Amino acid sequence: MMKVLQVKHLQKVFFPGTDNERHVLKNINLQVNNGDFISVIGNNGAGKSTLLNTIAGTLRADAGEIDLASHNVSKKSVAYRSRWMSRVFQDPKMGTAGDLTVMQNLVLAQSHTSTTNLKWYQKKGDIEEYQELLKILNMGLENFMNTQVKYLSGGQRQALSLLMATLSKPKLLLLDEHTAALDPKTSHEVMKITDAMVKREHLTTMMITHKMSDALKYGNRLIMVQDGQIKLDVSGIEKDNLDTAQLLEKFEA
Amino acid sequence: MLISSLGQGLLWAPLAIGVFITFRILNIPDLTTEGSFPFGAAVAVSLMLKGQSAIVVSLAGFIAGCLAGLVTGILDTKLHIPSLLAGILTMTGLYSINMHIMGKSNVPLLNEKVLTEYLPVGWSLDIQTIVLGVIVTGIVVTLLYLMFKTRLGLSLMATGNNKDMSAANGINTDGMIIFGYMISNGFIALSGALIAQSNGYADIGMGIGTIVIGLASVLVGEIFLRGHNILTRLIAMIVGAIVYRLLLTVAMELGFPPDDLKILSAVILVIVICVPIIQNRIRTKRQLKKYLEQMEDNDDEGITGETSTESILSRD
Repeated sequence: MMKVLQVKHLQKVFFPGTDNERHVLKNINLQVNNGDFISVIGNNGAGKSTLLNTIAGTLRADAGEIDLASHNVSKKSVAYRSRWMSRVFQDPKMGTAGDLTVMQNLVLAQSHTSTTNLKWYQKKGDIEEYQELLKILNMGLENFMNTQVKYLSGGQRQALSLLMATLSKPKLLLLDEHTAALDPKTSHEVMKITDAMVKREHLTTMMITHKMSDALKYGNRLIMVQDGQIKLDVSGIEKDNLDTAQLLEKFEA
Repeated sequence: MLISSLGQGLLWAPLAIGVFITFRILNIPDLTTEGSFPFGAAVAVSLMLKGQSAIVVSLAGFIAGCLAGLVTGILDTKLHIPSLLAGILTMTGLYSINMHIMGKSNVPLLNEKVLTEYLPVGWSLDIQTIVLGVIVTGIVVTLLYLMFKTRLGLSLMATGNNKDMSAANGINTDGMIIFGYMISNGFIALSGALIAQSNGYADIGMGIGTIVIGLASVLVGEIFLRGHNILTRLIAMIVGAIVYRLLLTVAMELGFPPDDLKILSAVILVIVICVPIIQNRIRTKRQLKKYLEQMEDNDDEGITGETSTESILSRD
């Protein structure tokens, strides 16, 4: 099985040497295989967001190694890592540029390598292509190509972020509680779109979620992070047989 | 009076455009302006006295400004100095550099051929200034407009709007911010070089208050021309620079002594910041009243009618 991400002996300590010292990631080892759809769960402060941020490059690992698509990216910038990785943030405002139009946002997400290109960013026929893609979301966004994204609703923005994250055909998709800021109905819709897209594009995905039901329902693998360590890592049938009660029990342990 | 402020306004337009790039596109109030403006003037006049042609010295002024922007950009992004302080540091340092370049605090041009003298001799100075201004701002706006149509320009806009999102989409945000600082200060210094040629001298104090002039021009321009199309916004900057000059000329005509022009500039800036905010409040209130009277069942419209008071200073 080809591996997309390999995390070795990852350590992260916040505020070292002070009274507030917190060892957030304690020697984390994780291998993500091609095609995995992993739900990551854990208490607040368990370290799951820190883990995701360290993988994405927003935070630097204090020790350990991160190999992404066979490249050691431990000390590389967010922008460099984005060649193989896309991310959807928790806050719908984070994943899109509000002052730019839907079209411009899509162009930005299309290629993560030609960002300083001196060619026109908008070519004939592009609009139709993007409109076709937006129709998949079923949110009517295809009629708002030239609308600034800040005028869209949270759900529309998050659905757009999700589509944008898939445009560059990433080897790894990171979803950081991407439905947490939405109302239950929209959250449910965005989750459905997520699942459909992941399946359609065969995306390798890591999804942080606080919703046990989503964690159990979606994906082929489940990871529980507790106290800076991976306490549970199940996949396949073993995961399918889990239920909410069992999961809660493990939380207590 | 009108004609001369039109010409002067056009020469000040690159300053407004420069301030627009940092203040509006990158969302950074950049005080380097106060140093890069006289830097451009000092470089241009000194080179001119050494026998360089007016075109060469104007370009050299632009490049000098880019270097000043580079310094602020590195202080801001690589050394993580807050942008406001980074600008102040460069500006302060540039004072000494400008003194070294000029040798004394005021350097007059002698009989060197300035840019306006490349135009037909038969034209009056005011017409020459206007034609020169139109040519220069035309080139600046065209180049910037084309740049903003490329992927590079889009990356620059995205960086200023949402840095995290831009980085997550592969944009080297530090590089983009430095690039923005560079072209911004390049245009500001170009404006300095043009004004020095128009005035016939470079002065160490000519940068004082330029950030206020620049910001006032940006805001005045946006009062007259609103829109999110980049060409409209660039042209608004030219309009702003001209209207601002006109306001100053009117004040002078009314008998304000030149020493009071700085406080007048500050007052104008306060007014142009406040006017749109008050306008928005009145408009929102009126629309809200109308809306409540109608009490239609459409909930969405009431929300879009609301504009926060911050919107004039930040584009969110």
